[in-house]
Amino acid sequence: MMFVPGNNPGMMADAHIYGPDSIMLDLEDSVTLAEKDAARLLVYNALKSIDYGSTEMVVRINPLNTPFGRKDVEAVVKAGVDVIRMPKTETADEVKELEAEILKVEKEIGAEGRTQIMAAIESALGVVNAYAIASASPRMMGIALGAEDYTANLKTSRTPGGAELLLARQQIVVAARAAGIACFDTVFSNLDDMDGFRSEVELIKTLGFDGKSIINPRQIEIVNEVFTPSEKEIVKARAIVAAIREAQAKGSGVIAVNGKMVDRPVVLRAERTIALAVAAGVISKEEVL
Amino acid sequence: MKTSTAGTLESGDIMITIGPGKGLEVNLQSSVEAQFGAQIRAVITETLEGLDIHDARVDAVDKGALDCTIRARVTAAAVRATGKDVWKD
Repeated sequence: MMFVPGNNPGMMADAHIYGPDSIMLDLEDSVTLAEKDAARLLVYNALKSIDYGSTEMVVRINPLNTPFGRKDVEAVVKAGVDVIRMPKTETADEVKELEAEILKVEKEIGAEGRTQIMAAIESALGVVNAYAIASASPRMMGIALGAEDYTANLKTSRTPGGAELLLARQQIVVAARAAGIACFDTVFSNLDDMDGFRSEVELIKTLGFDGKSIINPRQIEIVNEVFTPSEKEIVKARAIVAAIREAQAKGSGVIAVNGKMVDRPVVLRAERTIALAVAAGVISKEEVL
Repeated sequence: MKTSTAGTLESGDIMITIGPGKGLEVNLQSSVEAQFGAQIRAVITETLEGLDIHDARVDAVDKGALDCTIRARVTAAAVRATGKDVWKD
């Protein structure tokens, strides 16, 4: 998910060329108070006019308790955005308030249920309430960590190893999985430290995240490299899935592949590997069937 | 109507200044004036008419903006100039 400032038309026009899975046009922190009105119009018109192809379009709105939040919702829902990202989410009630606001606009334009919600968790209270937030609405498609505000709230600062974020990251992954939605990690701001970036992406993949927020197209390739299964992993996963299908056809649930027992969790991991490989485009959906 | 501006002089943007005028008068500076001048003027005029503005002087400095950017910047300048927002709240 690539962050793009909502008041920069040049970047907004070009962002999808680099092939991110999703683009988040930002109306919040990257836009000054004096430009909130102009950025909202720019994002509205871009979403209505620019062909972003299959790229998932997300807009980060201003909080509803600011003078900008409700107008942001009206504009982006009318423009047909895929996902609204709520900043600084701390409670399930805030999600429900946004849900009601979205529904009001959707009813007006006859598009009920079209808009999904992603909540950014950026405070200690948000981390504590992560599961309640993740399960607050059927529109919830994901939760994401916003680490800059979170570390400030914790009264610490970010370190290369990310020890200060460990609990929040794990809580967010667990909450997302318990709620059956996706989870996305925070941005890595130092564009001169690509090795550090790679280490962080490897860490968050191991923790279970579905993806990483990025601030520059240069970071896309590394995220894709880390998240794309290796050929060896794909071959193994396909062997497991093929074997279990064969066993199921014969009425058996437990099998062995290359001498190792394969049961349900192993099959689920293999299916996840194949899903990632399909998403990364290294194998086609037809090959899986 | 007061005189108001929206947009920047960065690449891909257009700076629009709208003020009082009689009829719609559009003064355009653009490096692509020869190829796209007529289209840019048409987008500016159509956007203002869509906002029910028929009397204004518009100064536009284009840096290669897409039509959607022109519409957004003209609307923003018009909203600032008239005080009439296009959103409900």
